[in-house]
Amino acid sequence: MHPAELKDHERELRRFHVRLGVAAVAVLLAFGALLARFFYLQVLQHAYYQTKAEDNRIALVPVPPNRGLILDRNGVVLARNYSAYTLEIFPRKVADLEHTIDRLSQLIEIGPRDRARFRKLLGETRGAESLPIRTRLSDEEVARFAANSFRFPGVEIRARLFRQYPYGKLASHVIGYMGRINERDQEALEKKGVAANYRGTDFIGKSGIEASYEQALHGVTGLEQVEIDAAGRAVRTLSRTPPQPGDNVVLTIDMHLQQVAEQAFGNRDGALVAIEPSTGAVLALVSKPDFDPNLFVDGIDPENWEELNTSPEHPLTDRAIAGLYPPGSTFKPYLALAALELGKRTEKQTIFDPGYFMFGGRRFRDDKPGGHGTVDMRKAIVESCDTYFYMLANDLGIDAIARSVAPFGFGSRTGIDLDGEAAGVLPSPQWKMRRFHTAEQRKWYPGETISIGIGQGYNAYTPIQMALAVATLAENGVMYRPHLVDHIDNPRTGERRYVEPHVVRRIPLDRNYVDFVKSAMAEVNVDGTAAHAFAGAQYTSAGKTGTAQVVAMKENARDYDNGKVAERFRDHSLFVAFAPLENPRIALAVVVEHGGFGAHAAAPIARTVLDYYLLGKLPERPGQPGPASETAQATP
Amino acid sequence: MTQLQRFSLRRLLAGLVEGIDGPLLAIVLPLAAIGLVTLYSASHDVPAREVTQAVNFVVAFVLMWVAARTPPQTLMRLALPAYLVGLALLVAVALGGDVVNGARRWLHVGVTRFQPSEIMKIAMPLMLAWHFHRHEATLRLRDFALAGLLLAVPVALIAREPDLGTALLVAAAGFYVIFLAGISWKVLGVLALVVLASLPPLWGLMHDYQRERILTLLDPSQDPLGAGYHIIQSTIAVGSGGIGGKGWLHGTQSHLEFIPERHTDFIFAVFSEEFGLVGNCVLLALYALLIVRGMVIAAKAPSFFTRLLAGSITLIYFTYAFVNMGMVAGIVPVVGVPLPFVSYGGTALATLFIGVGILMSIHRHRTLVQT
Repeated sequence: MHPAELKDHERELRRFHVRLGVAAVAVLLAFGALLARFFYLQVLQHAYYQTKAEDNRIALVPVPPNRGLILDRNGVVLARNYSAYTLEIFPRKVADLEHTIDRLSQLIEIGPRDRARFRKLLGETRGAESLPIRTRLSDEEVARFAANSFRFPGVEIRARLFRQYPYGKLASHVIGYMGRINERDQEALEKKGVAANYRGTDFIGKSGIEASYEQALHGVTGLEQVEIDAAGRAVRTLSRTPPQPGDNVVLTIDMHLQQVAEQAFGNRDGALVAIEPSTGAVLALVSKPDFDPNLFVDGIDPENWEELNTSPEHPLTDRAIAGLYPPGSTFKPYLALAALELGKRTEKQTIFDPGYFMFGGRRFRDDKPGGHGTVDMRKAIVESCDTYFYMLANDLGIDAIARSVAPFGFGSRTGIDLDGEAAGVLPSPQWKMRRFHTAEQRKWYPGETISIGIGQGYNAYTPIQMALAVATLAENGVMYRPHLVDHIDNPRTGERRYVEPHVVRRIPLDRNYVDFVKSAMAEVNVDGTAAHAFAGAQYTSAGKTGTAQVVAMKENARDYDNGKVAERFRDHSLFVAFAPLENPRIALAVVVEHGGFGAHAAAPIARTVLDYYLLGKLPERPGQPGPASETAQATP
Repeated sequence: MTQLQRFSLRRLLAGLVEGIDGPLLAIVLPLAAIGLVTLYSASHDVPAREVTQAVNFVVAFVLMWVAARTPPQTLMRLALPAYLVGLALLVAVALGGDVVNGARRWLHVGVTRFQPSEIMKIAMPLMLAWHFHRHEATLRLRDFALAGLLLAVPVALIAREPDLGTALLVAAAGFYVIFLAGISWKVLGVLALVVLASLPPLWGLMHDYQRERILTLLDPSQDPLGAGYHIIQSTIAVGSGGIGGKGWLHGTQSHLEFIPERHTDFIFAVFSEEFGLVGNCVLLALYALLIVRGMVIAAKAPSFFTRLLAGSITLIYFTYAFVNMGMVAGIVPVVGVPLPFVSYGGTALATLFIGVGILMSIHRHRTLVQT
């Protein structure tokens, strides 16, 4: 080999070795970087990534509890659960909802009502959960979808518990209804700190007992630790905390009595509250019109929702606790009692009623043209003489009236265990000061006191207040807080928590005066305004009719014929009563909207209810109370 | 057994073993074993894969044996035809290849189909080494420019398929030859500047998914369920493995299918989760030994051609290992590069073992063709 060539070769070889060396250094650096990265991930950050891997692996799946049952005082099941398959869509996982629903409808019948409801839910959903497009699938439909489920990612079949109300509309305002948890509910749950317990739960009580006893009914959500794969499929269960079913709520309501009362209303609107005076237990609570809570159980469709909400009759409003009515003449016994207590009248003191009362140049008319003649207190109550009470109100003055009737609960919430109770209005100068803003409006005019005397004017009370007042009178001034729940059963432990009667107050009343007023009210049912309605009653009772003006008519034009007035302007018909007279077992208030005279519409309803409750006597109209087979056990 | 029989048997065995480099075999066999062990865990849902991969290993081993017995001169003669055939096939793919997963990479050959780009992984260093060898004494810039062109065309075709991973590996293989052939540092510097300058226009030419991969590397949390998912989950797998690992078959990330492509490109995540930092060090050491052995062979190689070829093949193994592990550990963008000798897949395995065979052949013939 030529020396020069050899030298060339050597130089070239050396260069190659240098290049190889450079490459080796690069390799070393790169592997060093890898090693450093491994050290960082696997030693320094190990704990962090370990947690991440565990979080990945383990999912906490909430297991919603069975909701407690609602039963009446005799164990009749009013609200229960049933399991049904629903077809549900995860809106977030489905790109084209309409298209998917169209394709689904080729497999499973999806009606316009289902679509509308789905759209409504989509609008009010809180985001992550799946929404039902069809509920109550048949076994065949379940099988058909299961065979095609691979074509529908983001759509699945789930077994869910639904609420069922076997009695439909009956006692719907007491039981209430369930609805999907919306953003407002969610916020409320978070504020109460119980949001975690509602993971996996879609529905919540929206009204009635379902809402006010939500906490007891709901139960405690269980938790399943499951190992999941990347697709979110549960691979196996690691541990399980079983859910604790909700408590069963047993009402004081007697469903048969409730049904008798509701049927007595026919298709008239109004409210009825019947209370056991010695405990405050509510025996029946009616608000008409009512609604079918079953409409809500799988998400109400917009059509029904629209109808329930926009109907001028407001079927979703519980008139018994939120409807405000002037008490009319049912107010008079309390005024009479106040007069006796304050020494403004004696029982025997008489006035002369010419058919009107003149005050400040205005003529306050009596119902009876020509007047009742010479009237003492008993006759004033029995015949419901307005003139007597116009004068009495004037003599008492507004402050004394307000002070005397307030203890009976007028104008303040009774504290019944339902949400949404209204306070009503017990008129007084103080109330006017609070209610109005201009000096003109705030002024109390003496003339306003006169109408207060016959339960008109600013007077506005709920039926439950009227019922509680008469119950308190029946108990000689002892007021028990009204309540709808008798006891709550824990189905697991068998523990039973009773709602103890709670005395709100004992009004210091002279027993002689109370007895006198009661006896006058008893006479109302014997030969007074309600004598016709209570003809032949086999028990003693006390009552008072009332007629509440809906539209303030000119005082000097009150001789209109009620039958000819359009129904919505017709007076409300009221009646309060308790029975038996000596040992009252039931007190009630009845309001029939636009029913005319109290004696005509409200008193017969009260008679029917009392007949059933005291004698077990059913009204003559057909209709046995309730599906007889529904007396289920109080455990799920 | 007669003496003659024993003698011929021994000769037969010796003949079979002849050309097989002991040290290389001692490195590659443990890697293959690691591959099968890890694959068993990664493919617990598809047990048949283990058998297929074992068969792949046998086939690849035979190919290695054949390559080891092929003299470098023969390889040199094969360089140009192999390159031209590879190029022709790449053009054929571009014109009418099968589309899988949105990329046109496959070519039908009778009953099976294969990726012509794989041929280029071997053909490219062969071609360039041969090219430089021909102009050994008189290497000028012109020769390097021609080499660049020979490299650029197939790389562009592969990148267009698109197959960024293979394009990167072929480009690297070619670049290593050019680098080892002694391209001047000045030219290299200029080239580096040109590459840097061309990055922005290149960005514009990239496919969306390629851009996304680079972006997600910079911040995987941007899209945790989309493009960043691979990186996040594989990083969790590596990190949760800790020092000792979770134990074979006990990797939760992989067994619960959080690791995508866990039997192919992301098999290192499975390995790292189950065998931890200790396992990683063992694996890294095996690759380092392979590279050292390859460099020794390159350094001792008898000709320019063999030196360049051996050096390039060695550095390609490094590229495979670094890019794959770096990708799983989240320091390199996600490109489809398998973990050498470990990832599932017959074609890649064949290419890798042929490379080993070539190294063995070069080492065996180090004194025979001394000029």
